[in-house]
Amino acid sequence: MTTWNKPLPTVSGETRPFWDACRRGQLLIQKCDRCGEFQFYPRGICANCWSEDIRWVTASGKGTVWTYTVTYQNRTPGFAEDVPYVLALVELEEGVRMFTNIVECPPRDVSIGMPVEVTFVQANNQISVPYFKPAG
Amino acid sequence: MPDLKRTAAIVGIHEHVTRYAPDKSELQIQGESVIKALEDAGLAKQDVDGLLTASSSSRNSGLALADYLNMYPSYVDNTTVGGGSFEFHLSHCLNAIAAGRMNCAVITYSSLARSGGVSVGTGGVGRFGHPRLEPSPDSFEELYGLTTVGLYAMIAQRHMHLYGTTSEQLAEIAVAVRHHASMNPEALFRNPITVEDVVNSRMISAPLHLPDCCVITDGGGAVVVASAEVVRNCRHTPVWVLGAGEAVAHQGAGKRDLQYIAARQSHGPAFEMAGVTHDDIDMAMIYDSFTITVLETLEDLGFCEKGEGGDFVSGGRLKVGGELPINTDGGGLSSNHPGMRGIFLLMEATRQLRHEFEGTPRQVPNCNIALCHGTGGALGTRHSGGTAILGRD
Repeated sequence: MTTWNKPLPTVSGETRPFWDACRRGQLLIQKCDRCGEFQFYPRGICANCWSEDIRWVTASGKGTVWTYTVTYQNRTPGFAEDVPYVLALVELEEGVRMFTNIVECPPRDVSIGMPVEVTFVQANNQISVPYFKPAG
Repeated sequence: MPDLKRTAAIVGIHEHVTRYAPDKSELQIQGESVIKALEDAGLAKQDVDGLLTASSSSRNSGLALADYLNMYPSYVDNTTVGGGSFEFHLSHCLNAIAAGRMNCAVITYSSLARSGGVSVGTGGVGRFGHPRLEPSPDSFEELYGLTTVGLYAMIAQRHMHLYGTTSEQLAEIAVAVRHHASMNPEALFRNPITVEDVVNSRMISAPLHLPDCCVITDGGGAVVVASAEVVRNCRHTPVWVLGAGEAVAHQGAGKRDLQYIAARQSHGPAFEMAGVTHDDIDMAMIYDSFTITVLETLEDLGFCEKGEGGDFVSGGRLKVGGELPINTDGGGLSSNHPGMRGIFLLMEATRQLRHEFEGTPRQVPNCNIALCHGTGGALGTRHSGGTAILGRD
């Protein structure tokens, strides 16, 4: 494991199942049992119908690049040394979009609509971060 | 909808012209601006009963400001929704004056972003001084090296993909605004630029080049808003608030198409209240954090269809003398951008409606109705949109 110098997420009661699953190599999203809608980012209520009947479901981990940017300047330690890197919004098969970086791919090869799949990088014993790479 | 058209007016303005002020405090810039704006209006401290302000620094609240100015306002509004907060403030002034809760307000702002060395657009985590990532949504966003410019660049990238918009078309916006800056002696950058200059400059976050991004300066100012009764005691021709609309946009639990921005929701109520159409707008002050912000805003305000912005901004349409002159002070792209620029939109629209530049190339001819639209936050995550339509008698 390399030294992790990027910021780390804060694990809260609301988000612990997500990060626990990442450690096992699974990407979780939430689904509402009342209205049937998926949602992301994780939260304690259904953002659509405001019920509390939400449960975690395992996403397929597959999606497409909805949009992206190749970042050439970011002064924040942890990212400053990574430029150019690809910041992207990926639309999961389940229909919700999430922020990520596209990895294992030269920035010039990334395009909108490109099929991608989730991959995890272990930051420390508690946190593995989901990224996306070109679908294999 | 009740008719509020001649209920509240902008009667005084002052832009603190400094672009670099390491020896001043933010409260001092606001204090100096409030005094000058009241002088401009022909009013005095005791006439003011409302205080509205926004800041990225919590020390600089309405409470701290009232203390600094030794004022006891009966109406205080600290609405902070990013750079467009001041269009929200103007809307709130209209409400409060219409309800008889307030007679005369000062809206004010200042920031020392430049002398403080703040990486407004290209800092990632920590750019707002957060020591760690909050659970949601930060832990699902900032983890990936978001920058403010990046969150606008993503929307630009998708606009190009869907509609064939080009970097050259975005550059047209920077060129038109710089042309206006060349006529403003206070503007930070005044040398004219070309489309080629823009597209050949350094890429910050693709597809946005350096001149697609606003400048970073210190600065501030104040705007005085008064009731119809107070207007009669003021020095200048009043600039009436004809209509106002407020909206927010966000990711909608991962499903909103953020190619459509908050301006799409906020402009309808503003036009309806004002009882005017797009053809009636003589000039517009469009928040220009980035060139893509202007293009998206013009589309979602309804000046052209979604996807047609690239053509719309080309061919000199946005310059004085064109069909829709914008940002005649040089905007955030060339004049000043201390972090939250919305207050300066109200000031330049007021100058144009007062015909302050009559006889010079900066004046929009026969300028009777102006539109201001402030965007705050970031297009790619969550942002606010405040539309105000202003007019002279």
